[in-house]
Amino acid sequence: MWIRSTLTYRASFVMTVLGNVLLTGLDFVAILLMFSQVDTLGGYTLPEVAFLYGLSVVSFGLAHLAFGPVGDLGRRVRDGTLDMLLVRPAPMLAQVAADRFALRRLGRFLQGLLVLGYALASVDVDWTAPKLLLMPVTVVSGAAIFAAVFVAGAAFQFVTQDASEVQNAFTYGGTTLLQYPPTVFGKELVRGVTFVLPLAFVNWLPASYVLGRPYPLRLPQWVAFTPPLVAVGCCALAGLAWRAGLRSYRSTGS
Amino acid sequence: MGAGRLYVAVAVGSFRRYATYRAATAAGVFTSTVFGLILVYTYLALWDERPHLGGYDQAQAVTYVWLGQALFAALAIQGGGFENEFMERIRTGDVAIDLYRPADLQLWWLASDLGRALFQLLGRGVLPFAFGALVFPVALPDDPLVWGAFLGAVLLGAVVSFAIRYLAALSVFWLLDGAGMLQMVMIAGLFCSGMTLPLNVFPGEFGEIVRALPWSSLLQAPADVLLGQADPVGTYLFQGAWAVALLAAGRLLQSAATRRVVVQGG
Repeated sequence: MWIRSTLTYRASFVMTVLGNVLLTGLDFVAILLMFSQVDTLGGYTLPEVAFLYGLSVVSFGLAHLAFGPVGDLGRRVRDGTLDMLLVRPAPMLAQVAADRFALRRLGRFLQGLLVLGYALASVDVDWTAPKLLLMPVTVVSGAAIFAAVFVAGAAFQFVTQDASEVQNAFTYGGTTLLQYPPTVFGKELVRGVTFVLPLAFVNWLPASYVLGRPYPLRLPQWVAFTPPLVAVGCCALAGLAWRAGLRSYRSTGS
Repeated sequence: MGAGRLYVAVAVGSFRRYATYRAATAAGVFTSTVFGLILVYTYLALWDERPHLGGYDQAQAVTYVWLGQALFAALAIQGGGFENEFMERIRTGDVAIDLYRPADLQLWWLASDLGRALFQLLGRGVLPFAFGALVFPVALPDDPLVWGAFLGAVLLGAVVSFAIRYLAALSVFWLLDGAGMLQMVMIAGLFCSGMTLPLNVFPGEFGEIVRALPWSSLLQAPADVLLGQADPVGTYLFQGAWAVALLAAGRLLQSAATRRVVVQGG
């Protein structure tokens, strides 16, 4: 229904998708501007950074397309419209995720695909069967990891209500972080996003294998193939958090 | 005299209104700090490759990042101030009531937005900046006069930011839907203010054009005053000229809108 309503205003739809491509592309323009001044950043060349960027934004774009609106949960808790969803015979998470399903968010995904396409065409890699196979696995796992972050963040909003910006730090902040090489960041930060909030599995680790780069934190080679396991673990934890949040939910009662 | 008191009261009310959202403010501080961390590391990597890029040394580049985080909400760099409410009032026709009131529409919203800006500067700006200054090597002036000059540039930046968003909001008189315009405000604000990358790093003529646009009053101008890269008087003249020009354009557009456009609603 939301898709049909969006497509009704065709010109407006095309404009907002283009606007979204432009808006989400700003951070890549910033990277291009940086590379107009330097040849490498943290030891990575432009195609390599574009590769990291593409993987991060495509995964994030998919998760955002499917679960973006759950970030708005705090508003529903505050104004009481969550109660309306509770009495409907459909899973709560599906309802919140499908709410105001905005196809214009396709812009982010498309822009990521564009950059990833450029990166794959220009990056200097000896493609082998495992490397090729790892690509789709990485994208799907990365999307699942970001989806878990979205859902866990929403579960957190059952408690905090108007602190939705904390979620932005992990979702938008996470995808921004992953657009740059791990060599750029301090060790503590890299440790945090590997072992605590495992964003490193979205692209840094598989990309290190594909690009033949030293692994962050000197992790063993085989961890590049673990993103699916990490993704399943993250989704299970996020599911638990969501159920706990939903159970603790008390209506505003006003 | 009485009119002046009215606008102060509007500003104070707006300040207090934003001050009530404590959890949202705390969340904003957290998010600004996280984004500041990410940016600082990328800037450090960039300045590692090219020391003195754009005339900044590493400490100045780091300071620039935390200034951006501190001013981001106060100067509504990607929007998110009074304009959402104002656009909604235009769309629904409530603006007709506002036009009957014995107060100037533009000054009313300016006062309200400045109250908001002051709260955001104190509530959301000071803590991330203090965190950045304590954890990373920064370049801060000792001279209180420079800090004073910096605050003056921030105030002028807030007025320019308001004037831009006022113009954008007035477009709703003709467009009825402000979503696209808000997106444009967001894109221009993030990119042309120097939020994504300092404008002095932008290469060649492209850089010169971006630096001449009004958005450079928002972040680049106050930052350069604080970092000792720009003369305060010249900066004020640049910001002031844009403020006057944009506010005047807002007045013109407003009178055109109220004269020619039929207000929505019954």
